Amino acid sequence: MWVAYKTIVIRDVLRFSRIWVQTIFPPIITTTLYLLIFGGLMGERIGQMQGIDYLQYIIPGIILMTVITNAYSNTVMSFFLSKFNHSIEELLVSPVPYWVILLGYTSGGVVRGFVVGCCVLITTSFFVEFEIDSIGITFVTFLLTAILFSLAGFINAIYAKSFDDVTIVPTFILMPMTYLGGMFYSIDILPEFWQDVSRFNPIYYMVDSFRLGFLGVSTSDFWTSVSVLLIMIIILAIVSFYLLKKGVNIKT
Amino acid sequence: MQVALSIKNLQKTYANQLHALKGIDLQVEKGDFFALLGSNGAGKTTAIGIVCGLLHKTKGSVEILGLDQDTHENEVKRLIGLMPQEFNFNPFEPIEEILINQAGFHGINKSMAKVQSDILLKKMELWDKRLDMAKSLSGGMKRRLMLARALIHQPKILILDEPTAGVDVEIRRSIWAYLKELNSEGMTIILTTHYLEEAESLCRNIAILNEGEVVEQTSMKKLLANVSHQVLILESLSVLPKNITQEKFACERLDDHSLQVVLEADINITDVLQDLSTQGVSVDYVRSAQNRLETLFLCLTAKDN
Repeated sequence: MWVAYKTIVIRDVLRFSRIWVQTIFPPIITTTLYLLIFGGLMGERIGQMQGIDYLQYIIPGIILMTVITNAYSNTVMSFFLSKFNHSIEELLVSPVPYWVILLGYTSGGVVRGFVVGCCVLITTSFFVEFEIDSIGITFVTFLLTAILFSLAGFINAIYAKSFDDVTIVPTFILMPMTYLGGMFYSIDILPEFWQDVSRFNPIYYMVDSFRLGFLGVSTSDFWTSVSVLLIMIIILAIVSFYLLKKGVNIKT
Repeated sequence: MQVALSIKNLQKTYANQLHALKGIDLQVEKGDFFALLGSNGAGKTTAIGIVCGLLHKTKGSVEILGLDQDTHENEVKRLIGLMPQEFNFNPFEPIEEILINQAGFHGINKSMAKVQSDILLKKMELWDKRLDMAKSLSGGMKRRLMLARALIHQPKILILDEPTAGVDVEIRRSIWAYLKELNSEGMTIILTTHYLEEAESLCRNIAILNEGEVVEQTSMKKLLANVSHQVLILESLSVLPKNITQEKFACERLDDHSLQVVLEADINITDVLQDLSTQGVSVDYVRSAQNRLETLFLCLTAKDN
């Protein structure tokens, strides 16, 4: 099983590495633009957020947004393409347990999230000096977030029947949730009603914990955030496994 | 004799209520070279898909070398190598990587997989292309790649769905020779093909599917013995006479140089040639108008049966 798992992960890593111009390079360009426009030009006028320079304040959000979108899109594209070109049959005729298939694809998403996250982190270091407050909290938050969105991408891929179905969720659900999850601001500055609404957005907990790990400031409790993430991971993992085992949109 | 594949009352009804399989029973002996024939939509690919775990069955049971597919899913998959009809690999992966990955899915580590993939790539005459993307291969090469992939984990049972479609004659003959070699080493091979001469020359036993039902399952020899007549085309370099007597056999003058003869089971070709010779007809070439198996196949799968 270990060999099969390793094969799935390495195949996925090679897949996104071969097309690095589409997968790794664009987030670096986007990050540079965010830092130039929001941080450099507008940041000076905004001043500080929770006692931290705005340019520094938005870095965790930008990195985490990259992790979210890349973990999600890697799994959704990888699994959807294997359905599209029928190469999923290579796995279906092999003695690979369904949970290994799920773990393999999820790990592929986590690896891409990590690789792209590191590239973005390196890019930000050219714009602003910073020290990571807690590597442990930062890494745990990254890992849970990447796993969660890899699983979400997997479910999207199972239901997707066309390339449109693959892009709808990231564009109309994921992106708005990310922007409204406190990526560029602290929810403290919102009216009370919108603060309560923001607390229903799981991305808020991820961004807040990541910011805690990075900068040492947050607006929520770290363990609450970890609990929210773990509960969601468990739910999505169970749903993904059930859909895969049942062969929804894979086996007729 | 040990049974390699046993299918009992296998039924498949698709969501659109199409009854692709209406309760088929099949048995393939270990070490057999077995042909599963049927016209398009007869249910061959559906049956294969169920056996290999690509499709859900509606009812029935499948056993591979005594192991029930429902209770030993992964053990059964280890025993089977499938070469499907449709190309089902990632066209953007290098050929060698496709083989090594498939071995990896079967739990074979990379160094062992590399050895086996080198052997198969050479055997399939794909060695020079091993680092190329699969999309760059011709149709025939893609088929050979899928055959190599089906064999990478050295399965006990090889299932081939149209293995030589689009493959040129020379390569087809070399694939046949290789399949015969594998079969002689003990591998059970189940073949579906539209080239009936392929089935006739390779397979020892045969089943014919028609509209989701098995209409015949017997040995190739017994089946071919049922052929009541053969249709031959006789060609002459000289112009054939206008009137040829047809007392012993039925014949039809196709043009000035060719004659179609229907040969019943009790008449042999020598008698026909002698008879024609007495009528001043010299025959230079003889060829079969229809493959023997093809004649039977058409008869067995005819709409009115």
